[in-house]
Amino acid sequence: MLEGAFLWLADPANWGGNAGIWARLTQHVVFTMAVVVASAVIAIPLGIAIGHTKRFHALVTLASGAARAIPTLGLLTLLALMLGIGFQAPFIALMVLAFPPLLAGAYAGVESADPVTVDAARAIGMTEWQVVKSVEIPAALPVISAGIRSTVLQVAATATLAAYTSDIGLGRFVFAGMKTNHFEETIGGAILVMALTLFLDAIFKLIRRITETSMRKREGTIAHENQA
Amino acid sequence: MKTRLKIGAAAACLALMISLFGCGTSESFSDSSSQQQEGEAQTLVVGSQDFYENEIIAEAYAEALEANGFKVERSFRIGQREIYMPEIESGSIDVFPEYTGNLLQYLDENATATESQDVYDALVQVMPDGLRVLDQAEATDADSYVVTKEFADANDIVAIGDLAGIDGLVLAGNAELESRPYGPAGLKDIYGVDIVRFAPVEDSGGPLTVKALRDGDATIVDMYSSTPELASGDLVVLEDPEGMFLASHVVPIVSDRIDEKAAEVIDRVSASLTPEALVRMNDESVNGKRSAADIAHDFLVQAEIIQ
Amino acid sequence: MTWIAINIPEIVSLLGHHAAIALPVIIISVMFSIPIGWVASRKRRLGRPLIAGLELLYAIPSLALFVLIPAIFGFGLRSNANILIVLVVYGVAVLVRSCAEAFDSVPADTRDAADACGFSLWRRFWAVDLPLSLPVCIAGIRVMAVSTISLVTVGSVIGIQSLGTLFTDGFQRGLMEEVVTGLVLTVAFALIVDLAIVAIGKLLTPWTRSR
Repeated sequence: MLEGAFLWLADPANWGGNAGIWARLTQHVVFTMAVVVASAVIAIPLGIAIGHTKRFHALVTLASGAARAIPTLGLLTLLALMLGIGFQAPFIALMVLAFPPLLAGAYAGVESADPVTVDAARAIGMTEWQVVKSVEIPAALPVISAGIRSTVLQVAATATLAAYTSDIGLGRFVFAGMKTNHFEETIGGAILVMALTLFLDAIFKLIRRITETSMRKREGTIAHENQA
Repeated sequence: MKTRLKIGAAAACLALMISLFGCGTSESFSDSSSQQQEGEAQTLVVGSQDFYENEIIAEAYAEALEANGFKVERSFRIGQREIYMPEIESGSIDVFPEYTGNLLQYLDENATATESQDVYDALVQVMPDGLRVLDQAEATDADSYVVTKEFADANDIVAIGDLAGIDGLVLAGNAELESRPYGPAGLKDIYGVDIVRFAPVEDSGGPLTVKALRDGDATIVDMYSSTPELASGDLVVLEDPEGMFLASHVVPIVSDRIDEKAAEVIDRVSASLTPEALVRMNDESVNGKRSAADIAHDFLVQAEIIQ
Repeated sequence: MTWIAINIPEIVSLLGHHAAIALPVIIISVMFSIPIGWVASRKRRLGRPLIAGLELLYAIPSLALFVLIPAIFGFGLRSNANILIVLVVYGVAVLVRSCAEAFDSVPADTRDAADACGFSLWRRFWAVDLPLSLPVCIAGIRVMAVSTISLVTVGSVIGIQSLGTLFTDGFQRGLMEEVVTGLVLTVAFALIVDLAIVAIGKLLTPWTRSR
């Protein structure tokens, strides 16, 4: 059956057209990215605020724990019954999935900032906003970006379920194959989702390597200037 | 870290875990049904699709059999045909409510029969070894194409063929409809109707499908003829003069372990299963929110199959 | 609330099915992850790619794995073996990193002290490594347990009964009440199991309580 899946993938006829693999793949990527961005716009500032003020900590831990327990399939069916077959139901359901890891990444990152440095920044007269901007956020960046990476991978894998209620993404192959006894299509679709997540993972690694090198270079220059 | 190494490691872990599982659990976790066969030979397994109507009918078979002294195990809501058929063919399920037309199309992709009796006769011919069909019920649950009354009135549509030449038609239904002979391909070949887009909704012609139609997200939807919602007044079932859809009656498929006496019990259930009874039971499920067991019980009492 | 009132027996039975799948999976995942994590912590060159590889398994869509595993190994789609293997794969993928980190967190000098006392590797594992790693390990087990309980529901799409059945059935019948019941019960069940794990953790690590 795996062989069948590779034959299915190798058939150029399956790649073209507006319901072909390329179209579904693009949909899947764009949808995943849009979900993560929409969720991050709320979750990351909120996480930074919580990490900075150190308030509502227990509440957030509890809420994100509960959010993690929400089965995406259930939320998706409920939202679909309310909102219909458009992209909205899977979009919101996946935003809820993306929220806890993004939030946790942001506040854990801010909390990881060295308290001595934070106090020192206040002592030299920085405003609270400046403390956040110049001290805490830079310190939090590695943790935040790790949070984004794992969130993207999780959303990309789970976006397969979107096809349960909407005409979206690679999940269409998984469902269509399952319902028509063409398991090679189901498995081919699954292989595509896995390949996509591996690819996204590799891109994140590349970005991290590039930023790390450039940061090291910049620090190098600063050190040079200081010496001079 | 090399990605190749990681994938290799992942595959190795997966293989290891599965092989460990394989040794440890091959007996304790094997299909409950295979244990079944070794155990008490007289327990009959009744299965059902992952569909409320089908579950009600299965429940009716099960309770009728129990009332007549048979021991029954229920294995309900086990997915769609593609998932449960292999299990039935392997002999691990003894009674299963099916639909003549849809089952015929599954077993024989080239079937040409569309009339009720022809479909039944053709089905009898193609049943796999060890399985047979009992009498079909009068109740049907065939696929049908539905549009809103508003749309039908505005475009003067009565039959499927009247859709020909209309632009921007969106068809909604379960994912499998896209590749069925009566799906977009059949609409084009038989009636000359062009579908611009197929929208999958995995609720078997249920509320989300209807909502998509009413919201204008779809222009035509596939619904089953026994759906209570069809009586709501704002939906129109399109006529199918060319017989694109197969007649599809409720029919029990049974294994060799169903003897004369058990078959006779099931036949009595089928004989009482009229189209009206099926729609009424679906209505009790969807609008009355009652459980399959309660609905089936009342049906059997009314039909005087049980006291 | 009519649907709930007249369907309590079904709801209870589905909750039972759900627990009968989730609890063994959680226990088996722990049993696999602890030794793998221990090995990964001791042999880094082998351990790191192993953990990263296992984590990638989590990127496979669960629905796909439910179809893939039986395709490869040839047992029934709805067999107990299938659902257990799929969920244990995810459980181990989630848990193994925290287990490895847990063993990393055991202070090296404590370990050396045990070695100096002449502890065998076996005895050191049970008397030193495992107990000292438990607090970190339990944090990972909590995350794994919650995600397992939520993942069980996906099996309903291929016909495996669980609280997820309330989603597919409620979806077809248009009963939002039924879907909401499934959601609330799944989350509640996850939280109860989570609390239970915290309690077991406190029992197993009495020395952390005084702090």
